[in-house]
Amino acid sequence: METKKLAIIATKGTLDWAYPPFILASTAAALGYDVQIFFTFYGLQLVRKDVSGLKVSPLGNPGMPMKMPFGPKWFKGINWNIPNAVQSIIPGYENVATSLMKMTIANNGVATIPELRSLCQEADVKFLACQMTVELFGFDHADFIDGVDYVGAASFFEFAGESDICLFI
Amino acid sequence: MEFNKELDARGLNCPLPILRTKKALAEMASGEILKVLATDPGSVKDMQAFAKQTGNDLVNSAEAGGEYTFFMKKK
Repeated sequence: METKKLAIIATKGTLDWAYPPFILASTAAALGYDVQIFFTFYGLQLVRKDVSGLKVSPLGNPGMPMKMPFGPKWFKGINWNIPNAVQSIIPGYENVATSLMKMTIANNGVATIPELRSLCQEADVKFLACQMTVELFGFDHADFIDGVDYVGAASFFEFAGESDICLFI
Repeated sequence: MEFNKELDARGLNCPLPILRTKKALAEMASGEILKVLATDPGSVKDMQAFAKQTGNDLVNSAEAGGEYTFFMKKK
Protein backbone atom coordinates (compact mmCIF):
# COMPACT_ATOMS: atom_id res chain seq x y z
CA MET A 1 0.00 0.00 0.00
CA GLU A 2 1.33 3.40 -0.93
CA THR A 3 2.01 5.79 1.95
CA LYS A 4 -0.77 8.32 2.46
CA LYS A 5 0.08 12.00 2.52
CA LEU A 6 -1.28 14.87 4.61
CA ALA A 7 -0.55 18.49 3.71
CA ILE A 8 -1.45 21.27 6.15
CA ILE A 9 -1.33 25.02 5.69
CA ALA A 10 -1.04 26.69 9.12
CA THR A 11 -2.03 30.35 9.03
CA LYS A 12 -3.01 31.24 12.60
CA GLY A 13 -0.65 32.48 15.30
CA THR A 14 -2.60 32.11 18.53
CA LEU A 15 -2.32 29.56 21.34
CA ASP A 16 -5.70 27.96 20.58
CA TRP A 17 -5.12 27.70 16.84
CA ALA A 18 -1.62 26.31 17.39
CA TYR A 19 -3.20 23.01 18.43
CA PRO A 20 -5.04 21.72 15.33
CA PRO A 21 -2.03 21.62 12.97
CA PHE A 22 0.26 19.92 15.48
CA ILE A 23 -2.36 17.46 16.79
CA LEU A 24 -3.43 16.39 13.33
CA ALA A 25 0.13 16.23 11.99
CA SER A 26 1.50 14.15 14.89
CA THR A 27 -1.48 11.79 14.85
CA ALA A 28 -1.31 11.29 11.08
CA ALA A 29 2.42 10.59 11.38
CA ALA A 30 1.65 7.98 14.06
CA LEU A 31 -0.78 6.36 11.63
CA GLY A 32 1.95 6.14 9.01
CA TYR A 33 1.22 9.24 6.92
CA ASP A 34 3.88 11.39 5.29
CA VAL A 35 3.14 14.87 6.63
CA GLN A 36 4.18 18.39 5.70
CA ILE A 37 3.06 21.64 7.31
CA PHE A 38 3.42 24.91 5.44
CA PHE A 39 3.56 27.80 7.92
CA THR A 40 2.54 31.11 6.44
CA PHE A 41 1.50 34.54 7.68
CA TYR A 42 0.63 34.39 11.41
CA GLY A 43 1.25 30.64 11.33
CA LEU A 44 4.98 31.46 11.36
CA GLN A 45 4.60 32.17 15.09
CA LEU A 46 4.21 28.41 15.61
CA VAL A 47 7.75 27.62 14.45
CA ARG A 48 9.51 30.33 16.43
CA LYS A 49 12.06 29.08 18.96
CA ASP A 50 10.15 30.75 21.75
CA VAL A 51 6.42 30.07 21.65
CA SER A 52 5.78 31.23 25.21
CA GLY A 53 4.38 34.43 23.72
CA LEU A 54 1.45 32.66 22.00
CA LYS A 55 -1.80 34.01 23.36
CA VAL A 56 -5.50 33.33 23.17
CA SER A 57 -7.96 36.18 22.85
CA PRO A 58 -11.56 35.87 24.04
CA LEU A 59 -12.31 39.26 22.43
CA GLY A 60 -14.78 38.88 19.59
CA ASN A 61 -14.78 35.12 20.10
CA PRO A 62 -18.30 34.13 21.19
CA GLY A 63 -17.46 30.43 20.82
CA MET A 64 -14.91 30.48 23.61
CA PRO A 65 -16.13 29.40 27.04
CA MET A 66 -14.60 31.53 29.80
CA LYS A 67 -14.33 29.16 32.73
CA MET A 68 -12.05 29.19 35.74
CA PRO A 69 -9.57 26.29 36.00
CA PHE A 70 -9.60 26.33 39.82
CA GLY A 71 -12.00 26.36 42.76
CA PRO A 72 -14.97 24.15 43.62
CA LYS A 73 -16.97 22.41 40.89
CA TRP A 74 -19.88 24.90 40.91
CA PHE A 75 -17.41 27.76 40.46
CA LYS A 76 -15.58 26.04 37.57
CA GLY A 77 -18.92 25.56 35.85
CA ILE A 78 -19.67 29.28 35.59
CA ASN A 79 -19.26 30.77 32.12
CA TRP A 80 -18.02 34.34 32.57
CA ASN A 81 -19.80 36.08 29.78
CA ILE A 82 -18.01 39.42 29.60
CA PRO A 83 -19.11 41.90 26.90
CA ASN A 84 -16.59 42.80 24.19
CA ALA A 85 -16.72 46.47 25.15
CA VAL A 86 -15.62 45.62 28.70
CA GLN A 87 -12.95 43.11 27.58
CA SER A 88 -11.39 45.65 25.28
CA ILE A 89 -10.77 48.29 27.94
CA ILE A 90 -9.33 46.02 30.64
CA PRO A 91 -5.52 46.14 30.42
CA GLY A 92 -3.94 42.67 30.39
CA TYR A 93 -7.21 40.89 29.68
CA GLU A 94 -5.60 38.66 27.05
CA ASN A 95 -2.71 37.82 29.35
CA VAL A 96 -5.09 36.72 32.09
CA ALA A 97 -7.18 34.68 29.64
CA THR A 98 -3.99 33.06 28.30
CA SER A 99 -2.76 32.09 31.78
CA LEU A 100 -6.15 30.60 32.60
CA MET A 101 -6.13 28.67 29.32
CA LYS A 102 -2.65 27.31 30.07
CA MET A 103 -3.85 26.13 33.50
CA THR A 104 -6.85 24.43 31.89
CA ILE A 105 -4.57 22.74 29.35
CA ALA A 106 -2.31 21.40 32.12
CA ASN A 107 -5.29 20.28 34.27
CA ASN A 108 -6.71 18.27 31.39
CA GLY A 109 -3.54 16.37 30.48
CA VAL A 110 -3.38 18.14 27.13
CA ALA A 111 0.13 18.42 25.70
CA THR A 112 1.89 21.78 25.47
CA ILE A 113 2.69 23.27 22.06
CA PRO A 114 6.48 22.76 22.37
CA GLU A 115 5.80 19.12 23.34
CA LEU A 116 3.48 18.46 20.38
CA ARG A 117 5.83 20.26 18.05
CA SER A 118 8.82 18.14 19.04
CA LEU A 119 6.67 14.99 18.77
CA CYS A 120 5.94 16.07 15.19
CA GLN A 121 9.62 16.54 14.44
CA GLU A 122 10.53 13.20 16.03
CA ALA A 123 7.93 11.59 13.75
CA ASP A 124 9.52 13.21 10.68
CA VAL A 125 6.76 15.72 10.01
CA LYS A 126 8.34 18.20 7.60
CA PHE A 127 8.06 21.90 8.46
CA LEU A 128 8.06 24.44 5.63
CA ALA A 129 8.01 28.17 6.25
CA CYS A 130 6.86 30.76 3.74
CA GLN A 131 9.98 32.78 2.90
CA MET A 132 7.89 35.66 1.58
CA THR A 133 6.10 36.13 4.92
CA VAL A 134 9.38 35.78 6.83
CA GLU A 135 10.61 38.85 4.95
CA LEU A 136 7.27 40.66 5.04
CA PHE A 137 7.15 40.46 8.84
CA GLY A 138 10.84 41.26 9.23
CA PHE A 139 11.69 37.93 10.86
CA ASP A 140 15.09 36.30 10.76
CA HIS A 141 15.80 32.60 10.16
CA ALA A 142 17.54 32.61 13.54
CA ASP A 143 14.13 33.29 15.17
CA PHE A 144 12.92 29.84 14.13
CA ILE A 145 13.61 26.29 15.28
CA ASP A 146 16.03 24.05 13.42
CA GLY A 147 14.72 21.77 10.72
CA VAL A 148 12.52 24.32 8.96
CA ASP A 149 12.84 24.72 5.18
CA TYR A 150 12.22 28.19 3.76
CA VAL A 151 10.29 27.92 0.52
CA GLY A 152 7.63 29.44 -1.67
CA ALA A 153 4.14 28.29 -2.57
CA ALA A 154 5.37 26.24 -5.54
CA SER A 155 7.40 23.95 -3.25
CA PHE A 156 4.38 23.36 -1.06
CA PHE A 157 2.31 22.32 -4.06
CA GLU A 158 4.92 19.78 -5.06
CA PHE A 159 3.84 17.79 -1.99
CA ALA A 160 0.25 19.04 -1.61
CA GLY A 161 -0.57 18.18 -5.21
CA GLU A 162 0.05 14.52 -4.48
CA SER A 163 -1.51 14.53 -1.02
CA ASP A 164 -4.56 12.52 0.01
CA ILE A 165 -5.66 15.18 2.49
CA CYS A 166 -4.95 18.89 2.36
CA LEU A 167 -6.09 21.20 5.15
CA PHE A 168 -6.10 24.97 5.48
CA ILE A 169 -5.99 25.90 9.15
CA MET B 1 -3.87 -11.43 29.85
CA GLU B 2 -0.13 -11.76 29.24
CA PHE B 3 1.83 -8.88 27.79
CA ASN B 4 5.44 -7.92 27.03
CA LYS B 5 5.34 -4.24 27.87
CA GLU B 6 3.09 -1.80 29.72
CA LEU B 7 2.34 1.82 28.87
CA ASP B 8 0.69 4.11 31.41
CA ALA B 9 -1.19 6.82 29.50
CA ARG B 10 -3.57 7.65 32.36
CA GLY B 11 -4.34 11.35 32.74
CA LEU B 12 -3.20 12.09 29.19
CA ASN B 13 -5.50 13.50 26.57
CA CYS B 14 -5.76 13.27 22.78
CA PRO B 15 -3.50 12.72 20.89
CA LEU B 16 -0.91 11.69 23.48
CA PRO B 17 -2.19 8.14 24.23
CA ILE B 18 -1.98 7.28 20.51
CA LEU B 19 1.44 8.91 20.05
CA ARG B 20 2.84 7.09 23.10
CA THR B 21 1.35 3.80 21.89
CA LYS B 22 3.00 4.26 18.51
CA LYS B 23 6.33 5.01 20.17
CA ALA B 24 6.12 2.03 22.52
CA LEU B 25 5.25 -0.34 19.67
CA ALA B 26 8.22 0.92 17.66
CA GLU B 27 10.56 -0.50 20.30
CA MET B 28 8.89 -3.92 20.33
CA ALA B 29 9.18 -7.03 18.17
CA SER B 30 6.49 -8.35 15.86
CA GLY B 31 3.93 -10.48 17.69
CA GLU B 32 4.65 -8.94 21.10
CA ILE B 33 1.80 -7.50 23.11
CA LEU B 34 1.61 -3.98 24.55
CA LYS B 35 -0.71 -3.22 27.44
CA VAL B 36 -1.98 0.37 27.50
CA LEU B 37 -3.75 2.04 30.43
CA ALA B 38 -5.75 5.19 29.66
CA THR B 39 -8.40 7.45 31.14
CA ASP B 40 -9.29 9.40 27.97
CA PRO B 41 -12.80 8.23 26.93
CA GLY B 42 -11.90 9.14 23.32
CA SER B 43 -9.14 6.51 23.39
CA VAL B 44 -11.68 3.68 23.02
CA LYS B 45 -12.56 4.57 19.43
CA ASP B 46 -9.09 5.97 18.73
CA MET B 47 -7.32 2.73 19.64
CA GLN B 48 -9.64 0.83 17.28
CA ALA B 49 -8.97 3.37 14.52
CA PHE B 50 -5.22 3.23 15.18
CA ALA B 51 -5.20 -0.57 14.95
CA LYS B 52 -7.27 -0.57 11.76
CA GLN B 53 -5.04 1.95 10.01
CA THR B 54 -1.66 0.64 11.15
CA GLY B 55 -2.35 -3.09 10.85
CA ASN B 56 -1.59 -3.79 14.52
CA ASP B 57 -4.08 -6.04 16.27
CA LEU B 58 -6.19 -4.74 19.16
CA VAL B 59 -6.67 -8.14 20.76
CA ASN B 60 -8.55 -7.03 23.84
CA SER B 61 -9.96 -3.94 25.54
CA ALA B 62 -11.79 -3.40 28.80
CA GLU B 63 -13.20 -0.60 30.95
CA ALA B 64 -13.44 -0.50 34.73
CA GLY B 65 -14.22 2.56 36.87
CA GLY B 66 -13.34 5.12 34.21
CA GLU B 67 -10.09 3.40 33.35
CA TYR B 68 -9.47 1.71 30.02
CA THR B 69 -7.11 -1.17 29.31
CA PHE B 70 -6.01 -2.14 25.82
CA PHE B 71 -3.90 -5.01 24.56
CA MET B 72 -2.25 -4.27 21.23
CA LYS B 73 -0.36 -6.97 19.34
CA LYS B 74 2.38 -5.60 17.13
CA LYS B 75 2.13 -6.34 13.42
